[in-house]
Amino acid sequence: MSEQPIIKVQNLYKTYRAGDVDVHALQGANLQVERGEFVSVVGASGSGKSTLFNILGALTSPTSGTVSIAGNNLENLSGPERAALRKRTVGFVFQKYNLLPTLTAEDNIRIVQYIGGRGMNFSPAFREILDVLGIGDRMKHKPRALSGGQQQRVAIARALVNEPSILLADEPTGNLDSQNTTAVLELLRRLNRDLGQTILMITHDQDAAAYGGRTIRMRDGQILD
Amino acid sequence: MILTLVGVSYGTLDGTARRARGVGADIMIRPPGSSLIGLSTAPISDRLVGVVAQQPHVALATGTAIQPLSGFDSITGLDLDSFSKMSGGFHYLRGGPFKTDQDMLVDEYYAKEKGLHVGDKVRLISHEWNVAGIFESGKLARICVRLPVLQDLMGNSHHLSQIYVKADSEANVQQVLQELRAKLPGYPIYTMEEFTSLLSINSVGMLRSFIGVVIGVAVIVGFIVVFMAMYTAVLERTREIGILKAVGASSGFILNLLIRETLLLSLLGALVGILLTYVTQWLMQYTVPASLTQETVYSWWPIAGAIAVGGSLLGVIVPAIRAVQQDATEALSYE
Repeated sequence: MSEQPIIKVQNLYKTYRAGDVDVHALQGANLQVERGEFVSVVGASGSGKSTLFNILGALTSPTSGTVSIAGNNLENLSGPERAALRKRTVGFVFQKYNLLPTLTAEDNIRIVQYIGGRGMNFSPAFREILDVLGIGDRMKHKPRALSGGQQQRVAIARALVNEPSILLADEPTGNLDSQNTTAVLELLRRLNRDLGQTILMITHDQDAAAYGGRTIRMRDGQILD
Repeated sequence: MILTLVGVSYGTLDGTARRARGVGADIMIRPPGSSLIGLSTAPISDRLVGVVAQQPHVALATGTAIQPLSGFDSITGLDLDSFSKMSGGFHYLRGGPFKTDQDMLVDEYYAKEKGLHVGDKVRLISHEWNVAGIFESGKLARICVRLPVLQDLMGNSHHLSQIYVKADSEANVQQVLQELRAKLPGYPIYTMEEFTSLLSINSVGMLRSFIGVVIGVAVIVGFIVVFMAMYTAVLERTREIGILKAVGASSGFILNLLIRETLLLSLLGALVGILLTYVTQWLMQYTVPASLTQETVYSWWPIAGAIAVGGSLLGVIVPAIRAVQQDATEALSYE
């Protein structure tokens, strides 16, 4: 019997209200991602990419449809169970990095490890990841003292510190110059290839999407292929 | 703010008690219907001094008239000879006793606050006075003039604000007290020991109400300030709270974080407040030594601390609960 997909989305709908208008962000989206895949999701603005990202990360609930993440049906999860899923199963990388400004790079990572119930000391395996990310000498700096590329590498380290099954990245290179874009994308590819990290990356950039092993397109709240 | 105001209230009363003790009297007679502190009239006939002096075991009796000035100051009229016999006399730091009716004696703090020197002219109650002497503080009053002169200026000749009595021996003080109370019904008569012990916040009704109002205002103002500060802090941290939620922090974890931070801030605030009372104490000592005296009232430290911590916690609970209930995606998009 083959292994269950790590992400399984069926007939997903999401409608939210913006002012007096109902916005149909997702309209029957279906998706399957296997463990160890690096999938790029591309689409224009408003195609529903970010809404899909938020639902897959248990940050918001769908209007209807089913979502299974690493065997957990999100529909059946309570608030604390969703929080537990975010701390152990899913790691996030955001376009705007979303580091805590008052903490150093190291503390930004440590607090997430602490929330994940894994203590404060980095494991040898994670130290290897830090070496791959190449931010060892910037760990004592606060985000404002780091370049965009460095901040995004810290954000990637933070997303991986609790060894999540899935790394969700929403436009991870959206705020970076071309040099840092290439560096971050290479890192993601290396994490997937060398460590078998499952990655789902949302982007509107076709070149960035090409780093993934598979690219799927979204339009008008639906996944086309 | 609370500690400073409480300190000033205690300090002012203790200063009054200290000066009252410095008179050297055993018993004090105050006008019928008067409050423990504050005298605005001189309703006692000065003939009563003679009557009191004739009582058995009374060694000495002397009366004073008190005219309140602006603020916390008052001017006291006294008979220097009898007052000196009772108290042992003023210890003059500069100058000496009255020589003319225009002469005035001031204590060292009043002189320091007003920058007065012997020979200076001072205009008080529409009269020009000459500073004849500056005496060591702690006896009766801060500003003294001749009794008949003050009585005339008050338009209240031969009337006194209070009478001080000295018994021929300490053993007879209670007996004299009983006899005077029997002879002068309606007059509040205290031993000096009793009077000074009554000069506490709880004995002075008006002051107790004042302190209550001050504390009430301080609590309300403190609560609003803390509430608004925490509300703003939570708003400013909406994105940070969203980040914590996104990485799996539970509501309890975030609330715990906010509450611990609030506790730390409020305790530090209380500590800074305590340190600031020493600054205000120093400022009062050097700028208005004659008007206000601030004491360090240790018993109020935990009360003020509890107000700071309690107010802060109440202030943080509403915005904190609101923050953790917020959708993580909304919080993350907050700019």
